[in-house]
Amino acid sequence: MNAQYVAAIDQGTSSSRCLVFDLQGRIVSLSQKEHEQIFPRPGWVEHDPREILRNVIEVVHGALDTGGLDVRDLVAVGIANQRETTVVWDPHTGEPVHNAIVWQDTRTDALCRKLGAELGQDRFRDRCGLPLATYFSGPKVSWLLDSAPGLRQRAEEGDLLFGTMDSWLVWNLTGRHVTDVTNASRTMLMNLETLDWDDTLLDAIGVPRAMLPVIRPSSAIYGEAGESLGGVPIAAALGDQQAALFGQTCFSAGEAKCTYGTGSFLLLNTGSRPVLSGHGLLTTVGSKIGDEPATYALEGSIAVTGALVQWFRDKVGLIGSAPEVETLARTVDDNGGIYFVPAFSGLFAPHWRGDARGVIAGLTGYVTKGHLARAVLEATAWQTREVVDAMNADSGIEMTSLKADGGMTANNLLMQFLADVLGVPVVRPNVAETVSLGAAYAAGLAVGFWPDVESLRANWHKAAEWLPNMDQAERERGYRKWKKAVQRTLDWVDDDD
Amino acid sequence: MPKPIQSIERASAILRLLSGRTRRLSLAEVAGELGLPKGTVYGIMRTLLSVGFVEQDPESGKYRIGAALLHLGSSYLDGNELRTRALNWADWLAARTNESVRLGTLHDGQVLLVHHVFRPDNSPQVLEVGALLPMHATAMGKVLLAYHPYLTEELTNGRLPRFTSGTITDPKLLAIELEQVREQGWAASLEELIEGETSFAAPIRDRQGVAVGAIAISGPTERLCDDAQPRVELVSYVREGARTISRDLGAVPW
Repeated sequence: MNAQYVAAIDQGTSSSRCLVFDLQGRIVSLSQKEHEQIFPRPGWVEHDPREILRNVIEVVHGALDTGGLDVRDLVAVGIANQRETTVVWDPHTGEPVHNAIVWQDTRTDALCRKLGAELGQDRFRDRCGLPLATYFSGPKVSWLLDSAPGLRQRAEEGDLLFGTMDSWLVWNLTGRHVTDVTNASRTMLMNLETLDWDDTLLDAIGVPRAMLPVIRPSSAIYGEAGESLGGVPIAAALGDQQAALFGQTCFSAGEAKCTYGTGSFLLLNTGSRPVLSGHGLLTTVGSKIGDEPATYALEGSIAVTGALVQWFRDKVGLIGSAPEVETLARTVDDNGGIYFVPAFSGLFAPHWRGDARGVIAGLTGYVTKGHLARAVLEATAWQTREVVDAMNADSGIEMTSLKADGGMTANNLLMQFLADVLGVPVVRPNVAETVSLGAAYAAGLAVGFWPDVESLRANWHKAAEWLPNMDQAERERGYRKWKKAVQRTLDWVDDDD
Repeated sequence: MPKPIQSIERASAILRLLSGRTRRLSLAEVAGELGLPKGTVYGIMRTLLSVGFVEQDPESGKYRIGAALLHLGSSYLDGNELRTRALNWADWLAARTNESVRLGTLHDGQVLLVHHVFRPDNSPQVLEVGALLPMHATAMGKVLLAYHPYLTEELTNGRLPRFTSGTITDPKLLAIELEQVREQGWAASLEELIEGETSFAAPIRDRQGVAVGAIAISGPTERLCDDAQPRVELVSYVREGARTISRDLGAVPW
């Protein structure tokens, strides 16, 4: 029997998953495993790269077993991964020299400010499309190389390799030290025009060229997996949010999606030219299929959305599971006047303020746990509204509907409130797992499983739609209060914190 | 058989009343609904409060079902949790069958829709989450009735309203049909709620095997049936979807 499925590895922030898809882009089977979140200090977040590698191999076999399949049933495997998370390892032993520094980690805050100096956080924006922020890999690598004696020298001599999660996985699976162009666009080290490492950026940030992977298209055969995955071609890698843009079939300029997970990410396809933002958005590569020109995107990143619900569950303990936040929120009719700005690691788009920390504004004795639950959910919607406003301003196009995906789309109260505060319909596609679907699509295209992107559009179907149902005055009043709450988060962190 | 203990009967009636409501009820409302003196209801309510089976809002003084009771009954599953856990497989079922999918739970003697996936053809459709459907005329309702026999008794004691010429309104006939549903593990509604519309449903079970909900596909009879007989492959998909979600519910929550 001919192989007739594509597997996607979604190496995410909290778990690794594998989904198997058929020719129609339908889910055949799924397996997932969470990994440990390591918090060595406030603001620091790490993962163990070896644990992640083990989990990835385990979930691929898990998904195959669940679907009654064999590795030989797969035409290709694609990877979508948590972006910016930085691994440095010794190619001779295969051992990481440090835990992976996760994208949420803020340890490079001082370094980023130093790099900006009098030129400010937009010093490198015209080259790499990104502001200087703790998010991105370049400064994380530089910090890591200075964290112990001898590391920088080993890196300069090619005895240490750097990679984002895609790179770490592909190196372990195929032996090739490569990365894809979307992941490379999140390092602050790649030039957006040439799509190659930029010496000016490497010198300024302090990352030796010798340790960098080769930049490849998002959809291309990188190599064949070794024994652990039975020789299947590894044929795609994309940053998870770019994968979701691809999975939502936003192939044309003007198409946008927002993925609601731990953090939330709104991406707008801007076509074959990068658009630099004047409103705090990121310019990034959307995808590159084989030898075709790259597609660019504008991105609004929100650090804490689903993570706030998890925090509410794990640290506050008012709910037993994430979905119960909706049940608790529905015990009240409104937010009781409170606004929760979850600036746990500072504020991301469109503010980019590392000195901000979270606040619950408007507290009175009237407020109950139901109001808190509602404010937790509303925070996700208001943060989306800020990003949509920025995107409309940068692109000059008013968004007329939002394609939403990710785990939080299961929350009907949130989706309705989102439509209410955006004032446009919110739609969810039939496959909510767009991150995995995008990786599968890119891998399937590389091996000819699908002939072209147009053949993928036919697979997109609307599964649900929420229409706005809030009057304009109420919407604007709520937004005004939200903005006041945001102002109250700023300038909290001091130099001696 | 010894005579039932009246205070336990009354306590049960109070709990049933509270469990069917999303809003809290005052003492007067409970007493009014049950036709009991307020003093009697008050005494029972104090006892239920002390064991955590009901909770009282400190400000309004109104009552609702307590968390202790919700967690005591293994059949309790938060509807939002059910939707979240079923999300992928409900999508899967819609994609496989090319029909709309609904998930329902028991609520106050009716089926509460907790999830709805549009038919994947991009035609205009409206989200029906939160709607209540009659038990005896829907496939989901029949599944839930078949696995909760005490409800069947309660329901068939009342009147079964007619919606179409196919609606089963005779309690005896319904009982026979529910017996069959239990045996075959799925239910159909053949134009029993809406003319021209058929649906098939199967139970979603938790780790104790209790039917906590039902999942159904619905569509025009000509697509779901061949010569008035349910199409076997569509029924198989519904049952497979239900089994997969049930298996996931037995796993560790995310």
